[in-house]
Amino acid sequence: MNIHEYQAKELLHGFGVPIPNGKIATTPAEAEAIAKEFGVAVMVKAQVHAGGRGKAGGVKFCKTPADAREKATAILGMQIKGLTVEKVLVTVAADIGSEAYVGIIVDRQRKKPVFMVSAAGGIDIEQVAAQTPEKILYLPVDTRYGLRGYEAMRMGFFLYRDVKLAKQAAKIMQQLYSAFMASGCSLAEINPLVATPAGELIAVDGKMVIDDNELDRHAEIEALRDVSSEAASEVDARNCNLTFIKLDGNVGCVVNGAGLAMATMDLVKYYGGEPANFLDIGGSSNPEKVVNALRIITADANVKCILFNIFGGITRTDDVANGIVTATKANPLKVPIVIRLTGTNEEIAMKILTDNGFSASADMDEAVKKAVATAKGGKAA
Amino acid sequence: MSIFINKDTKLVVQGITGRDGSFHTKQAIEYGTNVVAGVTPGKGRQTFEGAVPIFNNVYDAVAKTGANTSVIYVPPMGAADAIMEAVDAGIALVVCITEGVPVLDMTKVYPFVKERGARLVGPNCPGVISPAQAKVGIIPGRICIPGPVGVVSRSGTLTYEVVYQLTRAGIGQTTCVGIGGDPINGTNFIDCLSAFEKDPSTKAVALMGEIGGTDEQEAADFVKNHMTKPVVGFIAGQTAPPGRRMGHAGAIISGSAGTAAEKVEAFKAAGIGVAVRPMDFVELIRAKLH
Repeated sequence: MNIHEYQAKELLHGFGVPIPNGKIATTPAEAEAIAKEFGVAVMVKAQVHAGGRGKAGGVKFCKTPADAREKATAILGMQIKGLTVEKVLVTVAADIGSEAYVGIIVDRQRKKPVFMVSAAGGIDIEQVAAQTPEKILYLPVDTRYGLRGYEAMRMGFFLYRDVKLAKQAAKIMQQLYSAFMASGCSLAEINPLVATPAGELIAVDGKMVIDDNELDRHAEIEALRDVSSEAASEVDARNCNLTFIKLDGNVGCVVNGAGLAMATMDLVKYYGGEPANFLDIGGSSNPEKVVNALRIITADANVKCILFNIFGGITRTDDVANGIVTATKANPLKVPIVIRLTGTNEEIAMKILTDNGFSASADMDEAVKKAVATAKGGKAA
Repeated sequence: MSIFINKDTKLVVQGITGRDGSFHTKQAIEYGTNVVAGVTPGKGRQTFEGAVPIFNNVYDAVAKTGANTSVIYVPPMGAADAIMEAVDAGIALVVCITEGVPVLDMTKVYPFVKERGARLVGPNCPGVISPAQAKVGIIPGRICIPGPVGVVSRSGTLTYEVVYQLTRAGIGQTTCVGIGGDPINGTNFIDCLSAFEKDPSTKAVALMGEIGGTDEQEAADFVKNHMTKPVVGFIAGQTAPPGRRMGHAGAIISGSAGTAAEKVEAFKAAGIGVAVRPMDFVELIRAKLH
């Protein structure tokens, strides 16, 4: 789960990380009032779950409250990577001496969280890593022992020659690490970490990504979720315990299991079609899930054909068949449906389907081909 | 022959009285797996289905039954503890089926397991089956038959799909291992490839990978440098958009890394036969066996 910059900075601040004063505005008038209250130059920053906000014009420096109002007018409602900006963070503009990058990410290869720190901050760290890897210090942390003092100091001195700054930085590493662990993050970064000409460190931008698997034990983090920044259909699906990702194609896919769901989408593409979504109904054979899946998929006007691909292991295919019958009785389908199912209770499932006027195949390849052709031709299957 | 599990496997089921644990324990027993014990704290001295003794902890189960393998069906927040307990009690192979284990928990579990010389398969995996010998986990027994192919996969139902097609074509399996779809798992492709290379009954390997991370690329390097047996591979997620978690926590393209295209390239460079569609495994494997 992504959280906004202002939320990440508040979390970090709770662990002692110094951040510039800031407040959220949803209208230009609020932005102006906040700038007036601060009485200094401010930054107006779009709060949206997308990288490259600055390049898109979503981050602006404002000298006066009137300026803040004007910039907020331009930014609020702006589209950044398909997402509408509904909030801006109005924050005191920091005096910048130098900028560093500090990040911590769970590294799959090392199987540990790894700090990445670089004095070349303020820009894209992937670019630094690719072009000048020597400018980055990688420091893996054994989470059983936590971040040790000497490790934090090593990073502090990698970033700053000045002892006072290095010690401040080491302290911020500890605070960042604590926030990372306590919030169940898969990524946390401060970019840039600014050293002011007065010799103070301050986190000017912050980002955190939370491991979805942690949300059950972090209700306070789950409460930070901003559903307005997600596709409505995806929110709906999550509430029904379905994993759903909307795409741009016209073949709506309902599959059990993530790997098979991906393979099904790929096969749709292979036969010249475009998948409309990723949808995993999971391992249980609850007919209710099928009903919800159909409701969510048919809400997408792009969908010209629905494709079921069910491999019954734990999932009972007769349960899925019953779900299809129930769902379509309540809400008759407006688009054709192609059903492939095989495995547990296949014979019963086939009978349920044919008794109710559906046809089904046991072959994945054949079903996908048919779904692609149907979506293209718009003919009933 | 087989890898990881066989007729001598003595299985303890952690979470045997739960919904999933009890269902799959019955299936495992029916398949002929030697289930010697169950563990549910507080239900010690009871029995499961009148046949399998239940213990309060894994230590007692090991002491009383000589269990050497464990399968875990406990809820995600308790899974890390369950794995560590099993390993500390002396279990050599722990298979964790549980989905949703926090990755930071795994950063502690992984070195704990390694340092004690045990093997963990999973979490978030369908488990391991050696056809006609033993089944540890949830892979349906009836889709497998014994034969010469080793199967290793990050997925569940996609594995069933491929295994079922192999079986229908008369091509059996030595062992099928689902290593799981999480970013940090106990056993990777290389561990399985290396075991299949050493297993005299395995004549070819079918490998199913997916987007995210670099496990498949490292597996390709291993195949190129250390394997004599033929390998056929598949990558799911060609059409996955970057930055989105495709069901499995580990199936995500981060920045430009972990795409299907780079993995397929790595396979080709290593001489791994590439199945473009899941159904292509049958012909590719058949050709390698002859």
